[in-house]
Amino acid sequence: MVNSSIYPVKAEVKSLNFYYGQVHALKNINLQIPEKKVVALIGPSGCGKTTLLRCFNRMHDLYPGHTYSGEIVLHPDEVNVLSKDVDPIEVRMRISMVFQKPNPFPKSIYENVAYGLRVRGIRRRSILDEHVERALRSAALWDEVKDRLHSMAFNLSGGQQQRLCIARALAIDPELILFDEPTSALDPIATAKIEELTNELKKEVSIIIVTHNMQQAARISDYTAFMYMGELIEYDETGKIFTKPSKKLTEEYITGHFG
Amino acid sequence: MDRVDHIVRRSRFFDAFFAVVGGLILVAVLIVLFVLIGDLFYRGFDRINWQFLTSFPSRFAERAGILSALVGSILVLIVTAVCSIPLGIAAGLYLEEYAPKNRLTALIEINISNLASVPSIIYGLMALGLFVYKLNLGQSILAAGLTLGLLVLPIVIVTTREAIRSVPQHIREAAFAVGATKWQVVRDHVLPYSSGGIMTGVIIALSRAIGETAPLVTIGALTFISFLPSPPLTPEPPFISFKWLMDPFAVLPIQMFNWISRPQEGFHVNAAAVGVVILIITLGMNAAAILIRWRFRRRIKW
Repeated sequence: MVNSSIYPVKAEVKSLNFYYGQVHALKNINLQIPEKKVVALIGPSGCGKTTLLRCFNRMHDLYPGHTYSGEIVLHPDEVNVLSKDVDPIEVRMRISMVFQKPNPFPKSIYENVAYGLRVRGIRRRSILDEHVERALRSAALWDEVKDRLHSMAFNLSGGQQQRLCIARALAIDPELILFDEPTSALDPIATAKIEELTNELKKEVSIIIVTHNMQQAARISDYTAFMYMGELIEYDETGKIFTKPSKKLTEEYITGHFG
Repeated sequence: MDRVDHIVRRSRFFDAFFAVVGGLILVAVLIVLFVLIGDLFYRGFDRINWQFLTSFPSRFAERAGILSALVGSILVLIVTAVCSIPLGIAAGLYLEEYAPKNRLTALIEINISNLASVPSIIYGLMALGLFVYKLNLGQSILAAGLTLGLLVLPIVIVTTREAIRSVPQHIREAAFAVGATKWQVVRDHVLPYSSGGIMTGVIIALSRAIGETAPLVTIGALTFISFLPSPPLTPEPPFISFKWLMDPFAVLPIQMFNWISRPQEGFHVNAAAVGVVILIITLGMNAAAILIRWRFRRRIKW
């Protein structure tokens, strides 16, 4: 299951188990996330793909009764982000996230992007300006908003808001970005723009994307992990998963027999 | 089985019946309210003039005024605001954002709601024992302000929590996801986005405090006072004085109660006039609350 062709490795999930209280939501997951590639997590609703994604930036720590065992090791410094000794704040400064629904803050476009820098105590205008512009350019939003950086983020369209959220996630120079079904609330044109964007972004940063949409996974990812009932069924190059999967279950899912 | 048109006609009848009955009850209640307020204004409004607002109480109805009661109400309200607003917001914030959700916090939450419905006279009795005698504050503005502060604290806590709860979880997650600490999330997001609701709650709590009578009677508010508390500003250094906190006081609703219980007709007119003043202050504060809420709603949409 572990693919030896994945190199260099950005993150490594080692025998990860996760519990929502008594519910065993992730069962012994082992997975290698390659550097500067796009990994798609697919599977039917409730299979644990979003749960797995939210382990990477310790989002589960925000709620009581959530417990992990196992490791997620981040390379090159081999930090286990799930370790009790590692502050989740530090993890989230290295691994950022884009959510299912665009969720900009009710602040200006500029302040939305700058927020990740502000929480680090960066106040110098020139540094903020530079990072904000770079992040907005990387998110392919700069040309649309450069004349109204100080107007409210809510005035943007849904697709623009989601790209703003991507810029917010990029501004902190993350090593890994987690996308949690980023296009499920967007129309096809906005979706196409975001997909195009992930292609550009992977030149700079590693990406994990959860998606409900198998065509999307096939279009944009380099590797695909198929999950079912909290288990990782198959993980391989996207081309292989969608043409000749090695597991019967994977084949049934991608051919639409269930899901 | 009934024919469909019969079923529909019967359903329609109940539908219309309920709308008519509900509407009538609403109109009846509103009429009573307007008659009460109208009566108060009719009898008291003409009495309100500069002399009335700037005179001390007097044995003669036409020379009497509400200066000491008005100043007393304002000073008591300041003390109430200073002690209940920070405490109430902090408590609401803690319960909503920080406190673990367990039996103890559930118990605390239930009891805060219970406190909001405790009769105000009970607060007065407790204040008499605690503030006036135990802490030896006497029958002072400070004791009165603390009493009303306690009385409205549950209201501030409950409305603060409601306002905080209206900030969607995905906004908090977005802030956490870029590495914000809990305090940064609270300071930069939760508080700013809920401040409209919090301010509304605070104003409504204070407008409740201004009309409270019973607890202040028990701790000994005066009904006839012909001097003002010591001034808060002094000509000599350090220029600010807190002596007024320990001074005796009167408040508007007690002044009204005192006048209404006198036999002379002139004092009844005065009482109606105080009633109008209290109403104007309360309605003004509520209008401010509505305005604030409206402005915040317009700026933030989730």
